[in-house]
Amino acid sequence: MNISLMITCLCDSFYPEVGEAVVRVLRRTGAQVQFSPEQVCCGQPAFNAGYHDDARRVARTFLRAFQDAEYVVSPSGSCAEMVRENFLRLFDESPEELEQARRLSNKTYEFTEFLVKVAGVTAIDGRFAEVVTYHPSCHMTRLLGVMDEPIQLLRSIDGLELKELPRAYDCCGFGGTFSVKMPEISEAIVTEKAENVLKSGARILVGADMGCLMNIKGRLEKMGHNLPVMHIAQVIDQAQGGK
Amino acid sequence: MAVSNRDLHDRIQAAFRHPFLRKAVKSATNTLRDRKAVVAHDLGHWQDWRAIGQQIRDHVVENLDVYLKRFAANMTRQGAKVHWAATREDALKIFMNIVDSHGAKLVLKSKSMVSEELHVNAVLEERGIPAVESDLGEYIIQLAGETPSHIIVPAIHKTRGEVAELFEKDSGEKQSPETASLTRYARRKLRQMFLDASIGVSGCNFAVADPGAISLFTNEGNGRLVTSVPPVHVVFMGMERIVPTFRELDVMSKLLPRSATGQKITSYMSVIRGPAAAGESDGAKEMHIIIVDNGRSRILANPKYREVLRCIRCGSCLNVCPVYRQVGGHTYGWVYSGPIGAVLTPLLQNELKDWGETVNLTTLCGACTEACPVRIPLHEMLIQLRLERTSQGFTPALERTAFRLWAETWDSPTLYGLMMRAAAVGQFPFMKDGHLEGGPTPLSAWTNSRYFPPVSGRTFRRRWARGEV
Repeated sequence: MNISLMITCLCDSFYPEVGEAVVRVLRRTGAQVQFSPEQVCCGQPAFNAGYHDDARRVARTFLRAFQDAEYVVSPSGSCAEMVRENFLRLFDESPEELEQARRLSNKTYEFTEFLVKVAGVTAIDGRFAEVVTYHPSCHMTRLLGVMDEPIQLLRSIDGLELKELPRAYDCCGFGGTFSVKMPEISEAIVTEKAENVLKSGARILVGADMGCLMNIKGRLEKMGHNLPVMHIAQVIDQAQGGK
Repeated sequence: MAVSNRDLHDRIQAAFRHPFLRKAVKSATNTLRDRKAVVAHDLGHWQDWRAIGQQIRDHVVENLDVYLKRFAANMTRQGAKVHWAATREDALKIFMNIVDSHGAKLVLKSKSMVSEELHVNAVLEERGIPAVESDLGEYIIQLAGETPSHIIVPAIHKTRGEVAELFEKDSGEKQSPETASLTRYARRKLRQMFLDASIGVSGCNFAVADPGAISLFTNEGNGRLVTSVPPVHVVFMGMERIVPTFRELDVMSKLLPRSATGQKITSYMSVIRGPAAAGESDGAKEMHIIIVDNGRSRILANPKYREVLRCIRCGSCLNVCPVYRQVGGHTYGWVYSGPIGAVLTPLLQNELKDWGETVNLTTLCGACTEACPVRIPLHEMLIQLRLERTSQGFTPALERTAFRLWAETWDSPTLYGLMMRAAAVGQFPFMKDGHLEGGPTPLSAWTNSRYFPPVSGRTFRRRWARGEV
């Protein structure tokens, strides 16, 4: 099985260690992992802000970078959703590109979804003795429809105690450009999320999308709480023995 | 009454200066969505019910002309007078003719969003005719001189203490801030007005095309009084608010109260098929139905937004919206608030320059789309409206330039790599304890409330290229 990694801008520039964890976990399934340096970004920020010409330009580069891939796997439900659903809207006036987008859409997966549905990893063989809570990201759950896979994988880890996050499905308030266009409202929303994370009683916050995690972690730190935040790939990687 | 959306940021600030409002809105919406979760579960197969709701409403919207004609013919046969209003001005002219021909001194109303949309109260007041809202929540905000801040719970932002103060001002007497006592006061005041009013105005939750009826869902019973005690009953009906028969009304009667207030049924459901017939003691002597377009046929003609006409005004998208829950309804600047308001306002106003900024009142989390009982893809419509706003050139020049530069850089792996290396160096002045603080806008909008992580000096792509991964 050949997996082409969609690393996402955030993981590449801010959280390269998440990308490395993703690679290790995927390799342990027996897959070949490839990385095309021709990729940059899926174009989601511009798409959501209404700048579809700009988004298309960036998405086109992305489309080319992955055209020969067997599977495309992303450690972000939001970016996977952009490629899987919104590329079809973005290229709907150019039949040739739409066909490419459709092919890409059919082979693109979010990381936990790929593990469970394609690689057949339904339980993690390993131990991670920590009390964690899980934030389900909006695009990943509501728009991409990946809800149970990360929970299933976390629950299977020996020693891991999963605490309920109050109002887990409420948005964290990031919303891409929303966070800088409507800073007061965004702050109020993320404050509520951060308080709920603290209320959960967990010692680590786990998520499957670094956008949301960066937002929640940034707020927690500003509020004076140094609660560690981990991508689910890092949790699985550590359970499996890390490096 | 807001005249445009230019003051959006002022209204956001106003909401943040009112901590009671924010607390009250959050607590009320939490109650509503929790109750909805319970009763939607009780019904079973909620997703199937939503699909049926969508099918019914889609069918009506696609065949609106047929059902409206049938409804009008049936209502006319049953003795009601049906009027067609293309614009706000038309609707008000028709209404004022009715008011004038009866020499009305007092108009009593039951909640109607369409009459809010048309500013009926303001027009009546100009003529010195008091228009009193008989819905308790509406009555409260009317005393406060405000507009509704929630489609279903208009006074969601008011505390009991604030209500007591408003009643004190109204009566000149001391009022106890207890719910029972406040309700008693409102009931005493309103009962007399039901008897005194010459015209009762109601909205229309759903019109039934066959055999011709209008239905009202209320919890306070005021809908029954306002439509049957005054001698004249005027209905303001949005032209899309129709179902084919009572079978479809039955489905709506399951979806609407559950989605709106988390009730299995509303306390009162009134079905009115016309004025009182000869010999009947109940009912208005005269019934008028004003079918209002006011921009709806323009939406109907646009396949990108047609689905929004499915809306049954339940307000459940408000209750789950992270933005609405923080700032309440007045922030949206017009009659309709929350995600549905953010979509409907610029569409009904047909104006994206001054009204378009409501489309930014969303994190695009999709909770609205998930909550909608008739499955309107609200978050997708918000993206579509944003696209139209940028295409029409109504977004700030700086933002347009930023996205153009972003696209130029981000569509080239080389330029992107260089940019990230530059950022890794350029961020040093803003670094503090391993994160970024302050910085230029828009970074500062983030760093004011959150720490921002530094760009890694060794990005994933560099590590991969060096064979370190």
